[in-house]
Amino acid sequence: MSFSTETRNIFKTQLEEIRNGGIFKEERIICAPQDSDIEVEYPIGSEHKEVINMCANNYLGLSSHPEVIAAAHKGLDSRGYGMSSVRFICGTQDIHKELECKLTTFLGTEDTILFPSCMDANAGVFEAVLNEQDVMIADRLVHASIVDGMRLAKAQNDTYKHSDMNHLEQKLQLHQDKRIRLIVTDGSFSMDGDLAKLDKIVELAEKYNAMVFLDDSHASGFIGKTGRGTQEHCNVVGKIDIITTTLGKALGGASGGCVSGRSEIVEMCRQKARPYLFSNTVAPVVVAGAIAVLDIISKTTERRDKLERNTEFWRKGLTEAGLIIKEGETPIVPVMLFNAKLSQDFARDLYGEGIYAVGFFFPVVPKGQARIRTQLSAAHDIAHLEKALAAFKKVGEKYGILHKTKQEVIDMYGM
Amino acid sequence: MAEVKDVVLEYVKNEYLEEGDDRVINYDTALISGGFVDSFSMVSLKVFLETKYGIQIPDAKASPEAFDSVNNIVNLLKEFNIN
Repeated sequence: MSFSTETRNIFKTQLEEIRNGGIFKEERIICAPQDSDIEVEYPIGSEHKEVINMCANNYLGLSSHPEVIAAAHKGLDSRGYGMSSVRFICGTQDIHKELECKLTTFLGTEDTILFPSCMDANAGVFEAVLNEQDVMIADRLVHASIVDGMRLAKAQNDTYKHSDMNHLEQKLQLHQDKRIRLIVTDGSFSMDGDLAKLDKIVELAEKYNAMVFLDDSHASGFIGKTGRGTQEHCNVVGKIDIITTTLGKALGGASGGCVSGRSEIVEMCRQKARPYLFSNTVAPVVVAGAIAVLDIISKTTERRDKLERNTEFWRKGLTEAGLIIKEGETPIVPVMLFNAKLSQDFARDLYGEGIYAVGFFFPVVPKGQARIRTQLSAAHDIAHLEKALAAFKKVGEKYGILHKTKQEVIDMYGM
Repeated sequence: MAEVKDVVLEYVKNEYLEEGDDRVINYDTALISGGFVDSFSMVSLKVFLETKYGIQIPDAKASPEAFDSVNNIVNLLKEFNIN
């Protein structure tokens, strides 16, 4: 079939529907390395603007760290640019095994397998490990990649209300007839920034003979006293059967992900996980950079400690300014605006003030819960945060929402 | 014995309303398009109906439209002779 006018119009209509629905995504062009200060071209074609980045997953500020860049250069020189192969044919180098080994040690698990991304890890692991005799019981706010991975598996799906342990227990009771029960949760939930009650989840898993799956992408490297993630924070290191995480956020921010956990599970992934079997190996340059990242954060907690201080400063500052934030302790800090249009207008005005942050609204978050999601980084200095706070105050004042209750904001702007 | 539509309504309220959520769900409330249930959470409802009534709902029939209100669900169940 040729790409006829009729065919083109099908897609034009669909794109128009996305635009009319207010969910059309536009890229902003960054003309600098990822950092707390970036140069952005937005809209495309306009002059470059210097802004403070408040929306990267660059939690530890390692995305452009000199030691990481130097290690990546060295990896490029010593192991080449690409492998032109999947892992099991001729795509496994010594540095891939070294990185898997370091991740195993860092996460306190039995074994680790690298994937091209954590999205791929989540897409592959459920199907590789479970069959139709099993059930996956997931928190309702797990990441979209987990939802997709669960849909690819033959095991039955079920869900429980977000972080509701009574509801999870009911579901575990309901599924006692299954061969394997797998509880599925994020460690740190990416939209609200709250942490899973992993200690309670492990307790229930032990009581009802279930396994635990944890996606710790928004926690690995900085949650927990030494940055080992939600499992360290909740004191359950070694008790999580399957951990997936990413190298694309705090751990260098380039790309790549992994499944880490019980050795038999990891081996099942090596034998059966389709994104591992049918996708190229992680590039040597990325592997070399990630090894340097793990070396840095295994030596000192300096960066996660700075991130923790930044988070405290930011949460306190926003609250004192009279903005409504989602309570919590992670560097994901949602500023609640409730109304979708307000979240877009607010983000646009912040950008005008030199602050880059993004508004989220339904269907990304539930209806009536529109917000600006801010994310802290160890690359931020207090001066960055003071400037960002001043901008939030100025824009908040413009819209008259400072020191207002949730209901008052909703009365002014609607849900 | 409770009517099917009341059994389903009760389940939907317990399963999908969070504590403190005072929104009202009736027989004809739009569950999915109204933002109460997303397509991922919908699987719980399917599991419940299949377990409760001992049926297998094929994926083709478990569409977001068929699950979008208690009334729609009751109509779907009628196809399985559940009244």
